[in-house]
Amino acid sequence: MDQESGAASAGSFISLNEHEQRYFSGLHSLCQADTSGKLSSSKVAELFKVSQLPPESLHKVTEVCGAKRLGYFGTPQFYVALKLLAAAQSGLPIRLESVTANLPLPRFVGLKNEPDMRYSSSIPPSIEAQGAPCGPASGAVTWTPAADRSTFRHLEANVDKKQWSPPRSPCSSPPRSPLTYRSYPYAKQRNGVDAQIAYESKHSSRPMVQLEQHSSPSNYGTKPTAEHPAMARASSAERLDHQGVVDYTDDDPWRITEEQLEYYTNQFKSLQPDLGALILGAVAKNFFTKSKLPIPELSHIWELSDVDRDGALTFSEFCTAFHLIVARKNGYPLPETLPPTLRPGFMQPAEDIPNIAESAEPLIVFEDTQLRHSQVDRSVVERHQPSLPTIKQELTEESSQQDVGVKRGVTCQEKQTLQLGPFPERPEPPQELDPQMRMKTRPRSYSSTSFEDAMKKAEEPPTPPPRPQKTHSRASSLDLNKLFQQGAPGVKSGWLPPPPALPPRPPASQVPHFINVSEKTPQNKVQQPNFADFTHFREEEESSVKPEEQGPRSRFGPSTEDLTNTSKQDITAASHGQVPQKPIRRKYHPESQNLETPPPSAMPFPTPAKTSQKLLSRQKREIQMAIRKNKETNAVLTRLNSELQQQLKVVHQERVTLESQLELLRPLAST
Amino acid sequence: MAVCIAVIAKENYPLYIRSVPTQNELKFHYTVHTSLDVVEEKISSVGKSMGDQRELYLGLLYPTEDYKVYGYVTNSKVKFVIVVDSSNTSLRDNEIRSMFRKLHNSFTDVMCNPFHNPGDHIQSKAFDGIVSGMMVQTG
Repeated sequence: MDQESGAASAGSFISLNEHEQRYFSGLHSLCQADTSGKLSSSKVAELFKVSQLPPESLHKVTEVCGAKRLGYFGTPQFYVALKLLAAAQSGLPIRLESVTANLPLPRFVGLKNEPDMRYSSSIPPSIEAQGAPCGPASGAVTWTPAADRSTFRHLEANVDKKQWSPPRSPCSSPPRSPLTYRSYPYAKQRNGVDAQIAYESKHSSRPMVQLEQHSSPSNYGTKPTAEHPAMARASSAERLDHQGVVDYTDDDPWRITEEQLEYYTNQFKSLQPDLGALILGAVAKNFFTKSKLPIPELSHIWELSDVDRDGALTFSEFCTAFHLIVARKNGYPLPETLPPTLRPGFMQPAEDIPNIAESAEPLIVFEDTQLRHSQVDRSVVERHQPSLPTIKQELTEESSQQDVGVKRGVTCQEKQTLQLGPFPERPEPPQELDPQMRMKTRPRSYSSTSFEDAMKKAEEPPTPPPRPQKTHSRASSLDLNKLFQQGAPGVKSGWLPPPPALPPRPPASQVPHFINVSEKTPQNKVQQPNFADFTHFREEEESSVKPEEQGPRSRFGPSTEDLTNTSKQDITAASHGQVPQKPIRRKYHPESQNLETPPPSAMPFPTPAKTSQKLLSRQKREIQMAIRKNKETNAVLTRLNSELQQQLKVVHQERVTLESQLELLRPLAST
Repeated sequence: MAVCIAVIAKENYPLYIRSVPTQNELKFHYTVHTSLDVVEEKISSVGKSMGDQRELYLGLLYPTEDYKVYGYVTNSKVKFVIVVDSSNTSLRDNEIRSMFRKLHNSFTDVMCNPFHNPGDHIQSKAFDGIVSGMMVQTG
């Protein structure tokens, strides 16, 4: 065969030991040598990438081995290149001389060195024994069309089995992830065919990790059987393409397998028969408490899984929570954030695989995974069976196209839309889910702020005083303030619709008197009478605050009738029988009443005459103060005046309307 | 950036206290405790018509020479108290409000967790994360 001849020729100028020969021939076949003996450069390139050497050294290797010169990788060049890769990986310079050195086998991602391989060589026999019976079983479970995939799944399951145990046996082994890597090299230790398979499976295991779900728990130790070397090679070649590109973290435990999903579904149904409905928090609590995990951990699991924060679990959230519980029981530490594979968008696996080399062949893989997931969905949903095969067809059609990402997204969305029934909450990819959910479940923040703002606004303005009183409160003079404040409640009550009758209002005798004082005091020629008046006024103010309140009160309200009713009791004594309705009239009153005021003021008059000198200075000061005060009161009163006149106008208008209404009603009443 | 954040239950015992300079923790505990009096006073004065909407954000409870204390009460009488360094004058009122809002939201999330019994100490990592985000970064 060409291979052997190539190997022989290669072996003529470089010495390959037994292992190397096997290994290299396996790699050689991997790279899909065509009839002329040239190796597919893309495959070789991928292989080189997988060796995890820097690109410049890879270029160097290509150069040195002669492929660059030739323009292709022939078998000898390939072998030399492999040797050079080994040299580079062990730190030797990339030169032809180093090829002759006794080197370990070149390492490719995930592969172990020879010493490790030798160590793990003891394990293969046991695994092989297990592998055979598991082969058909796993094949049955993993329904993918290519049997080779099942082999890799077996290996994958082998890997996963060690990390995972079925949910039915929660008290399973602790994580055995180190063994997963062990499993790769011992596969290599087998004969040439097996070595190929091992290598291929090793290559495939990584994408398998991300792409495929765990196979059934019944696969305990799986091994690629020797029956499918060719197919294994082919599929591994596919894997190679994206081997270098794809480098996922080992999220294996955070991915729900088909079996597990079925189990979760049954559990969900036991709690809540409708798959689309929610499990209440209390129900979930009771259920998960049965798992005997400590409460803080359960609390943390809840926080992780209830993504929409509604206090209840949808089916996907329930699966997530259950999965986390199972993981925890198996010894896995709880993650701080939800792994992407466990997010509610987990049903759409393609979204979890961002970096896929865009080539036709890998699409087959993803299709399968998608299909598998779709099948899982089918088993779970049992609703969209007719639609899913159509998706499958679409996927197969799309496989020929290069645009993987967009199409996959489209199909995923289609799938999503079709599955909107049972999973109404996850139409968006997981990245969009969080902000959406955040927005959905944060109305309370906005409402609270708006409420707070509204409250603030309501509290900011002080209770507006009744309108007529505003002017009064603005009065600067203290006297007026005192008067007006007490007059306010009265006026408030009086500011009701005015009754038509106008009972005689007792005039505010003190008010006209007060005005009298304010008008008279500026006239200094009437000092003494002013003084007297003023003192009289002061005395009156001090002694009879109440009647004065009533007085101004009666003045203020346009509907003074009510006021007079209330104030009648107080002012009856001082009633002059005048109706101070029109403020203008009141100004004339003092003039008419001026005659009245001197007689009462004459009484306190004689007393200050005794001490005239002192009195004079005192009088001056007092007069000046009086003048100031009177001026202030004057200003206030003029303001009051204007406002009262306005109110009067309003009242007049009301009166007019009422009268017109009365006239209208009269003819009706008469008829 | 807060120096101390506390969540007090309705019965006035702490559900959660965390302060950044951990060596002076007792002082903050004491401050929070005394601020409860001010909180009570505020909510009793505003509550003339219970059932009527009451402002949740209480504002500056009292300033001392070293720091200022802000308060916030929920409708279920759970109080949040934030102690802020006085030298940090850049903190505006609406920033404090947003801090309280975040606290309230994550507190609600903790309460929604069926594994959390109301009245227990809050042991949620998400809540811890939110609080850490609000605390002073240094010290």
